[in-house]
Order: sequence, then structure tokens, then C-alpha cells
Amino acid sequence: MKLHIRHVTHYKFDTPVKRLIQSHRLTPADHEGQKVLEWSVSCEGAIRGSSFLSGAGDYTETVCVQGPAEDIEIVVEGTVETQDCAGVLRGHREKVLPSAYLRPTQQTQPDAAIRSLAETAVEGLDVSAGLDRAHALAAAVNDAIAYVSGETEPATTAAEALAGGKGVCQDHTHVLMSAARWVDMPARYVTGYLYSDANGQAHGESHAWAELYVDGLGWVGFDAANRCCPNDLYVRLGSGLDAQDAAPIRGLIEGQATEDLTAKVVVTDVAQQQ
Amino acid sequence: MNNAAPNYFNEMLHGAEVRQAYQSLERWHRDMPDDLRSLKQSEAEALFRRVGITFAVYGEGGDPERLIPFDMFPRVFTAAEWRKLEKGIRQRAMALNAFIADVYDRGEIIRAGIIPEHLVTRNDAYEIAMVGIRPPRNVWSHIVGIDLVRTGPDQFYVLEDNCRTPSGVSYMLQNREIMMRMFPQLFHENRIAPVDGYADLLKKTLASVAPQKCSGDPTVVILTPGQFNSAYYEHSFLADLMGVELVEGQDLFVEGDFVWMRTTEGPRKVDVIYRRLDDAFIDPLCFRPDSMLGVPGLMNVYRSGGVSICSAPGAGVADDKAIYTYVPEMIRFYLGEAPILENVPTWQCAKKDDLKYVLENLGELVVKEVHGSGGYGMLVGPKSTKSQIEAFRSKIEEKPWNYIAQPTLALSSCPTFVDEGIAPRHVDLRPYCLVGEKVELVPGGLTRVALTEGSLVVNSSQGGGVKDTWVLAE
Repeated sequence: MKLHIRHVTHYKFDTPVKRLIQSHRLTPADHEGQKVLEWSVSCEGAIRGSSFLSGAGDYTETVCVQGPAEDIEIVVEGTVETQDCAGVLRGHREKVLPSAYLRPTQQTQPDAAIRSLAETAVEGLDVSAGLDRAHALAAAVNDAIAYVSGETEPATTAAEALAGGKGVCQDHTHVLMSAARWVDMPARYVTGYLYSDANGQAHGESHAWAELYVDGLGWVGFDAANRCCPNDLYVRLGSGLDAQDAAPIRGLIEGQATEDLTAKVVVTDVAQQQ
Repeated sequence: MNNAAPNYFNEMLHGAEVRQAYQSLERWHRDMPDDLRSLKQSEAEALFRRVGITFAVYGEGGDPERLIPFDMFPRVFTAAEWRKLEKGIRQRAMALNAFIADVYDRGEIIRAGIIPEHLVTRNDAYEIAMVGIRPPRNVWSHIVGIDLVRTGPDQFYVLEDNCRTPSGVSYMLQNREIMMRMFPQLFHENRIAPVDGYADLLKKTLASVAPQKCSGDPTVVILTPGQFNSAYYEHSFLADLMGVELVEGQDLFVEGDFVWMRTTEGPRKVDVIYRRLDDAFIDPLCFRPDSMLGVPGLMNVYRSGGVSICSAPGAGVADDKAIYTYVPEMIRFYLGEAPILENVPTWQCAKKDDLKYVLENLGELVVKEVHGSGGYGMLVGPKSTKSQIEAFRSKIEEKPWNYIAQPTLALSSCPTFVDEGIAPRHVDLRPYCLVGEKVELVPGGLTRVALTEGSLVVNSSQGGGVKDTWVLAE
């Protein structure tokens, strides 16, 4: 498919800020499942630092705005040609050893319930059957957590999300990662865009899913919230040890302002537009 | 620890005979009237107080405001002894740097099956953000502090490597300064290699790793967590000696491709940051988001080659207790050389043969938890009762992979002033190796001394003091 993405993040501050600085991972990298045809990230009045490709294969860039500024808008726009690779990430340029993604973070620390979910899911499946184990884990997480928005927050931990039984893609992803790492399967948090979810509903926000490392196959994406593997409806942006580590935008403001953040993502199928 | 150890190496005395290196000091002490001695001791304390020197050795904690006791009896190395040590320290510093560079690049030592992958990638100090980065000259640890102990005339062991930001060098410099002020004649009578070139060497080392984007004379700064840090004195002392700015995170900011320092004449570009701040705190946009001590965006500038950070984030992957046992292997692998300095022999209970040996010799060994620290969960065989040993035996049998064992080392002793005159007290040594365009170290280091009779614990938090360390010129 040829997907067009427009992602606008708007910050409004109640009092003007002196300065704003952000680290962006808002530019997708090519791999077999996606080829970036055109892409731009713009932010009016910003001073930009040089972009570089990190060891994990993510384009990273610094953006800085000298105030006083009352509102700042970041516009991401581009077109990506996607292919269904059944979730398998091939041809992605990266150098990090998969085992580095075995370490738990504060948000993905497994509790007894996550450990038990993980152990039950892979019971009877040999360690050599990595793909089966990964699918079983993703299915177990999908069964355990209903997709309900507004029940969790960005700071919700994997353990809290599983205990509550409700959550959004971030929660499904954190629980899946936590469970996978518990059974020694490297797992990472992936951010990106989704054209439409499993029910054909357009997805108006940024999306997130997990990648699990399967021996012999490499990194394979699992969208536990939608009970599927990413296909040509997905565009991958970047990865990290958890949502915070993988965040496409990490920033700070100088000043005492409270920010009002709105984000809007519109993904369209270029073929249907024509 | 083992108080009895009668066979420890006395650095001054061989039986009744005074070793060559200490002969002039032995006379000096013998000729010194008691009242002069106590006068000098209080003079030394007053000098230390006046300069306000306080410090805590890396990771040690303790009361930061406490003055560390200074013992006036110097510790001496001959030129020949130092030559060997120096060679061994350089070798180790180079191998450690090669290792760090490798594990953030292709990981050849892991591929070769020499170091298990999980010891690297699951190490807390391993930073994914550093993978694929090549710092200037591929140097990662620019100041390597290597903790050594001596057990015989020709026998030295490395206890620990410090690849992040080893502290204590201000003590090395101040101990010498104070000795020279109090006893100038000693420095006329003996040819002692100077250590006061350290600040120059440090500045040259830091300037030599300026990023490629820097043209002209690099601007070097020291980044401190602030005056409440236990080593703040050292940070400001080194900044003064080098003639560079001492800055806190809020004095720096990122804009465009560079890091800038706020000055009264406007922003000034910074090229090299000698940071005395842990990785987790240096950039809230990359590491701990709640850190107020760092510089937001610093890591992106660093990773795109706009500034140098010394030591490189993630360098701590090389100085972990588990990695330590592999340093001799690193030396062989990267340098193709035989290690000059030895590690303390370490038995890993995870290995079958090692476990057998450990269980058979528990009474003589020190057994530690692999990830333990501060003496917690440790067995000191020679100081334990039979039932304590047996209780520990079952713990090891239950989780052998959780334990390592080492022999109880007989640390060398050096004469030290006590109420009754002088007496032997156990010592260790931390030299500071500088790695940049060249690998250099000043002749000497920080000698720590266990002031309590029989004690083998030199930590300042447990009654340790410091001494001036002499290397005799040829």
C-alpha cells in the first residue's frame, strides 16, 4: 500500500515559555516492509540539530525553539510504500544485540500475575518453537486486557494494566514485553502509525506495538491490542525499552508553563485518494 | 578480616633490615623529635582544613564533609617497581578501552565466545543509546582508576577497575603539596618524581579528544552535579588547576549542532565535557527524564559528533564485578599480550570445578555474591565459625551461580604514625591513567591506609586514611 501520513502535535502554553527543546524520532527508516517515498518534519521558528541514525536504527534529531513562545506546532507529513511481511522486520539497519532488550524497566517490571500469564502461555511449547511462544504470549495478553480507552494513563505500569484488565495499545504492549522478557525472549516497544485497526476503524492517533525476538527469524512485530502482526497497514517509527524510552517526542520546556497538548494523526491510502 | 596474617609483606622492613627505598625515610623518622611530629601533624590537618578538601571514593558514600586522616609517613616505590606497575596499568587501560569500544560496535569478544553476551547486554551500565557511536579516537574511558594491592616484593593484584569517573586524584595532588610545604628538606634529599603535571596532562588528554567539528583550541569544561556532591571540592580543584570552567547542567544548553555555555559575553561553544555526573543524570531527553542536573539534548549533540563527553556514557560496562574476571582475557584478545598485572584469583561457583574447590576450601576463602556490594551476604572464611561456614555452604550449593570466591589477600603494610611511634598498617593504591591521543600517567597515585591495627579495610568510611605516594627517580 501507499500510505500518506499527517501527524500534527500542537502545544499550547498558559504562559509563554522561554525555551523548548525536544528530541525527535519522527522519521521512519526503510526496511523490507516499508519504503519512505517522501517525509518531512517541520516546526516553525525552530533551530534544528543534525540528524543521525541511532544504533537501534532510528533517525534522531534535536529541535529547539527560542521563546517566548505560546504555542508550538510540529507537523510530520510523508508517504510510505508498505508491504505485508507478516510482522517480520527484515532489512532494518541496526546494530544493537537483541539480548539488550531483555532488561526490565520500571514500567515493565513483571509481577506475579505477569509471570504466571507468561508461564501459562508458553507451557508445553519448546524454547525452540520461538514463534509459537510469541504468538501464544500475544494472544494471552489480548485475552487478558480489553481495549478500553480512558482507563489507564501514560504512567500506568504493565502490572497495573494487567490487574485492571483494561487498557490501550501502550498497556497491551507493556504487558506483552514484560511477559516475553520473563520467559527470556527479548522484547521492545515500537511506535508508529496504523491505517486502520482490525475492525477497519481508522486510527486517529499514534500507535504502538511490541517486537519480540524470535531465534532464526529476527524481530517480529506483535500488536496484542489488535491480536495481529503488523502488516502493510502499519508504518514503523522507532523503538525502545518501554513507552518512555521509545517516545517519538521527548522534550522539556524552560519556564513554569502548563502545556495543553493535542495530537492528530491522519493516515490515508493514497490509492483511494486518487 | 584476617588479623593474624603474619606473612604479609612489609614494604619498609625485611626482617630487621630496612629496604633501600625506605632508608632515608627511616632516618627521617628516627631523627624527628616527638614534639615536632605532633606539631607537623596538626599543621597538616590545619592545611587540609584550610583548603577544605573532602571527598568520598566512588560509590563509597559516608559523611561527605569529613576530613580524611592524612598520615605523614610516605609510601615509596622504587623506579623499577613503578616501571612494571606503569606498564601494567597502561596495558589494562588500553584493553578496557578496546573492550568498551568493541561491545558497542561488533562485539567481537562475544562472538569469539570469550565473554558471555548476557554479562555485557544485561549489565545495568550498558547503554543501548551508545551502540554504533564512535567517540573521538575511539576512547571511551579517559580517566581509568585502577585499584591495586601488593602482597609481595614483586606481587601486585588488581582489585577493581574504575572506568567512569574515579575520584581521589585531588588527594594525590594535595598530599604531595602538603608534604612539600611541611618537609621541604625531604624533597631535596630524595629524588622523587613529581606528580604536579597531572592537571596539564589531564587537560591535554581532554583537548586531544575534541570532536572533529571543533576547529581551533577546544573549550573544555568540568560538569559537576553541584556543591552538594561529595566530590565537589575535587571538581573545583581540578577546574582551577586546568584553568577551565566548572559548570553545572543549568550553565549549559543545546542549540543546533552544539552545546553552549552561558557566559557574561554571550554563549560560548563547548567542545569537551569532563563530566563528574553519572550516566543516568546527564540528559533527561535520553536517560532519566526527572534529572535536573544534566543538559537536555546533550546526548543527541554527542551522538552526532558535536561535543565530547569524558568518560563516554556506558563506559561503566567494563568495570563491573563480573566483567572484572575477564580483563586478563581482554588483554590477550585485544592486545595479543600477556597480562602484566594479575587479577585476584577468582573462582566462579557457576563453574563445576571451581565450585568443588570453593566448597573444599571455604575456611580460607572470601565468598561474595556476584551482584552484592558493601560486604553484604559475604563469607570471610578465616574469620567465621564452623557453623557459619556450614550455613553458607548450603546457600552456595543452592544457588552456585550467585557466588564467586577469592583468597583472603595479605595486603602489604607501610610504616604509619601511631601514638607510640610508627607501626605497619595495610595499604592499597589507586593510580590514575589518562587515555586520549596518548596513554599517560603521572608517577604515583592515591595510597589509602587502614589506620586500625590489623585492619585490611582501607575505605575512608571505615577508618581509612591517605598518604603521599613516592616514586623514586632513577
